[in-house]
Amino acid sequence: MNTVMWFAELYIALLAGFVGYQMIARVPPLLHTPLMAATNAIDAITVVGAMVLAGRGHGWLATVLGTIAVASAMSNVVGGFLITDRMLAMFRGGSGNGAAKAASNGRGMH
Amino acid sequence: MSRDTIVLAAYFVSSILFILGVKSMTHPDSARRGMQYAALGMAVAILGTLFLHDIITYKWIVIGLIAGSIIGYPLGMWVPMTAMPERIAISHTFGSLAAALVGIAEYYNAYHLTGATGVGHAEMAALGLEVLFGSLTVTGSFMACGKLQGFISERSVIYPYQNETNIGMFVIAVLMFLFLIIAPGAQVVFYAMTLLAVLLGVLMVLPIGGADMPVLLSLFNAYTGLAAAATGFALNNYVLIITGALDGASGFILSIAMSKAMNRSFTNVLFGAFGSATEGAVARSAEGLAVHPITVEDAALQLAYAREVIIVPGYGMAVAQCQHQVRELTDLIERRGGEVKFAIHPVAGRMPGHMNVLLAEVDIPYARLYGMEDINPEFPQADVALVIGANDVVNPAAKDEPGSPIYGMPILNVEDARSVIVLKRSMNKGFAGIENDLFYRDKTFMLFGDAKDSLGKLISEMKNA
Repeated sequence: MNTVMWFAELYIALLAGFVGYQMIARVPPLLHTPLMAATNAIDAITVVGAMVLAGRGHGWLATVLGTIAVASAMSNVVGGFLITDRMLAMFRGGSGNGAAKAASNGRGMH
Repeated sequence: MSRDTIVLAAYFVSSILFILGVKSMTHPDSARRGMQYAALGMAVAILGTLFLHDIITYKWIVIGLIAGSIIGYPLGMWVPMTAMPERIAISHTFGSLAAALVGIAEYYNAYHLTGATGVGHAEMAALGLEVLFGSLTVTGSFMACGKLQGFISERSVIYPYQNETNIGMFVIAVLMFLFLIIAPGAQVVFYAMTLLAVLLGVLMVLPIGGADMPVLLSLFNAYTGLAAAATGFALNNYVLIITGALDGASGFILSIAMSKAMNRSFTNVLFGAFGSATEGAVARSAEGLAVHPITVEDAALQLAYAREVIIVPGYGMAVAQCQHQVRELTDLIERRGGEVKFAIHPVAGRMPGHMNVLLAEVDIPYARLYGMEDINPEFPQADVALVIGANDVVNPAAKDEPGSPIYGMPILNVEDARSVIVLKRSMNKGFAGIENDLFYRDKTFMLFGDAKDSLGKLISEMKNA
């Protein structure tokens, strides 16, 4: 592993962390539960690391651990995106009685 | 184009889609579409990975993907909204389990495969972080899920020298990690560190009571992200680093928001010293004070003639699963010309934003859900503040009693309303274990019973009124 590559990775982590912080700080408290479900689903990208482990054929232990890892991460992929979508589908802004009034007061949470 | 270029291009596309997805979460109208992009990004990454030339057999990958989908589908579709905190906790367990297992297997192979050359110092730093945070979150989050689900007692378990033991073990784990960076070949130390982290996860969560769950869940959100980012460093996989950083940032921000909402310092949260609010510090006893019970008829009458009603939901609403009744009551009050607003405390419930999801589930538009700063000036104009299963977040002791464990925590000023009706199961104390002075005030009326039953009775009474 060479040093240049490590520093490149550190830069990526730094920039991604900064972008993430800036974006997520603007997520309204209204959406904090879906946000947690969503980041969890996205975080399940570890599935790709697990897939390599399970498919590389580097000994039975790595294959077994890799397969378990693929299954756990994949359960978060499927379950995470489904539940996030279920939640986000429920949030309605303008429709429903009294909503327009409250929104025009400009005191909504967004 | 070589096969590995396809993989790198796929990861690049998914990174873009993930970032767009998270950005869409800044507004409820764009959030759903954005997360669909993110889901597409995940599909691209998974399909792209199949092209990797390293992969020689697909059998176990496919088995894992199918098994995970079978576990994931019910976790996505069948879990009720009221159970969201434990659902999120168990997904932290799964996510960090994947990271930890990948880390352990990578380390094992680096010393046991024929021709393996061991682990370099920098790679050890990544693997160590991955396994440390991963293992800790596996058990810690499982414990949190157990406490939320009720198969582990939600009470905080406290024993002598608890914080000292936990901090001591944490320090030892960190020292082992530092030692491994210097001497990556010390395999015994690696596995000992992993075991210690697994144990630490359990011990860390034991002292934490229900009211502190929002902080704990946010913290594990951050840890899962850190473990994923570390996995990215260990595998030199950029998309893992990026998503890990996004997840870490989200957990970090939520932890800060939650600890602010509870008036706790972030270091207090980080070192798990929370939940240890001394139970002996109850400042004022409620002896000699009497509550004012109210009949369903009188409560219905108050609500029927109120012009402005502010509903304050708490975890009790989730436990009683009465959000549908809350909606029905809201409609009835409005049909009689009253206005209904909802006051959401940041730590109401067991996870950040849980109350909003439950109210959204029953089609209450989000424009009517107000945060603490927005709603507090409104209470003096409210005829009735209806508290449904909330306790500590409306406890005036946070403002009046410097001796109280929750002193300094920002609260909803329900006592400013002309009248307060509290739906409560019994006179049990809140999760902080403190007496709530609000319940004894002259304008506070207690409607005892299961919130769902009480609301049902209120609804039928209001229909007759």
